[in-house]
Amino acid sequence: MGVKQNTKSLSVRGGQMADTFYQLKVLTGREMAEAKVTPFAEKLVQQNEFPLKPHSLEVFQLNIGKLCNQTCLHCHVDAGPDKKRENMSRADLETCLRIIKEVPDIKMVDITGGAPEMHPDFRWFVQECRKLGKEVLNRCNLTIIMANEKYRDLPEFFRDNQVHLVSSLPFYSKKRTDKQRGDGVFDDSIAALKLLNEVGYGQEGSGLVLDLVYNPVGAFLPAGQEVLEPQFKSQLKRKYDIVFNNLFAITNLPINRFLEYLIESDNYKDYMETLLEAYNPSTVTGIMCRSMISVSWDGYMYDCDFNQMLELKIDSPGCTHINDFDVDKLLSREIIVNQHCYGCTAGAGSSCGGEVV
Amino acid sequence: MLVLFTNAGGQLQNDNTKFMSEKKYFDPEDLKKFGNITEFQEEMGKKFFDWYGEVFKEGALTKREKALIALAVAHTVQCPYCIDAYSTECLKTGSDEEQMMEAVHVAAAIRSGASLVFGVQMMNHVKKISM
Repeated sequence: MGVKQNTKSLSVRGGQMADTFYQLKVLTGREMAEAKVTPFAEKLVQQNEFPLKPHSLEVFQLNIGKLCNQTCLHCHVDAGPDKKRENMSRADLETCLRIIKEVPDIKMVDITGGAPEMHPDFRWFVQECRKLGKEVLNRCNLTIIMANEKYRDLPEFFRDNQVHLVSSLPFYSKKRTDKQRGDGVFDDSIAALKLLNEVGYGQEGSGLVLDLVYNPVGAFLPAGQEVLEPQFKSQLKRKYDIVFNNLFAITNLPINRFLEYLIESDNYKDYMETLLEAYNPSTVTGIMCRSMISVSWDGYMYDCDFNQMLELKIDSPGCTHINDFDVDKLLSREIIVNQHCYGCTAGAGSSCGGEVV
Repeated sequence: MLVLFTNAGGQLQNDNTKFMSEKKYFDPEDLKKFGNITEFQEEMGKKFFDWYGEVFKEGALTKREKALIALAVAHTVQCPYCIDAYSTECLKTGSDEEQMMEAVHVAAAIRSGASLVFGVQMMNHVKKISM
């Protein structure tokens, strides 16, 4: 067992792709004119949704660190074992707890990373959120459970705190999974899923929710969840006796390492055109940025996790950091959009919770 | 010399003139214009696309199964547009490389079998006219 890394983070490798300003130049067609597509904002103008406004704040998402035991080729966070500096401070976590407590509309605390479980305050933070009566959703990469003996009791910890788990498994076969996420990831993921099933996750009537995330291993969009979920369920049950609740089909967004892959494989132009062709106006109502805030490891706020990775800070004057949190200001902000937003509006839409329509 | 055939990638084999380097029989960009066939015959084209859309909906066969069949048929009719389109569709609907190649083998087996089974006709004829 164990995971072999396919690559290193962009920031460690250096080069222009590590610069989010360069990535935005690519996305807006200033760097690759032949791949320029209709500005996303124009689509919103056409359906009288510009500027895009939030309608609530129900999900408080925190990226508590970029440290991860995997270096997936498609990672939009650019996470990896070499990202040791980016960890949310205890003081910022306490500020987040205060906000979560004081805003009753926040229903869910969505914890992501990196591998959030590697953060030294992860377990304490989860327990504090649960004491506040909030639903805690943790984005677990599965292999972290097998990565080290000290993480082996995570299934029991999750169960005891009734944590809702959302875990990536890009395919039900070893070859495709390992190609995207690193050699050994599939075997460790299956072992971890078995441990989670053993403590009740995914089992009918247990109340312990285990959702899996499918994201395409390459430059294509996912089919509908209704197409993929039955296959995942039957294959995982038949081959490994594994059960889970829902499959979320998530579109890969052209950011960081996935953007690098698209450009290097000469798929960028076609992929952007595919996203544009699949634009579905009805997704805009339920798009996730309208009901969430995404907080980075250093306490800044963003409209979503993708804007965070492109360093497009929230457009809320005097309220861009959790220290200046003001729910009224946030709810009156204009959401920042750019070309990557096509990823969330393609087909049935895509969000951290899967399809949106 | 004018070269009037393309290589497997759809590019002209000989591009020693500007004219020839720009000319190709299969251009991946043309696939995106498929819908334009209604320009010359709107009613039939529209009926075709409506029917086509209906055929590939989830039914007694799943979308994934239909995509695999389409991929196999695409290889039989040797349509490069269809091969591109249904390779993507197979991946989208959850097939993997091994399953897709098996579908191509099925197409190839039927295609080659269809030739070989005429061997019986050849044998019948040979036996009829031979001593």
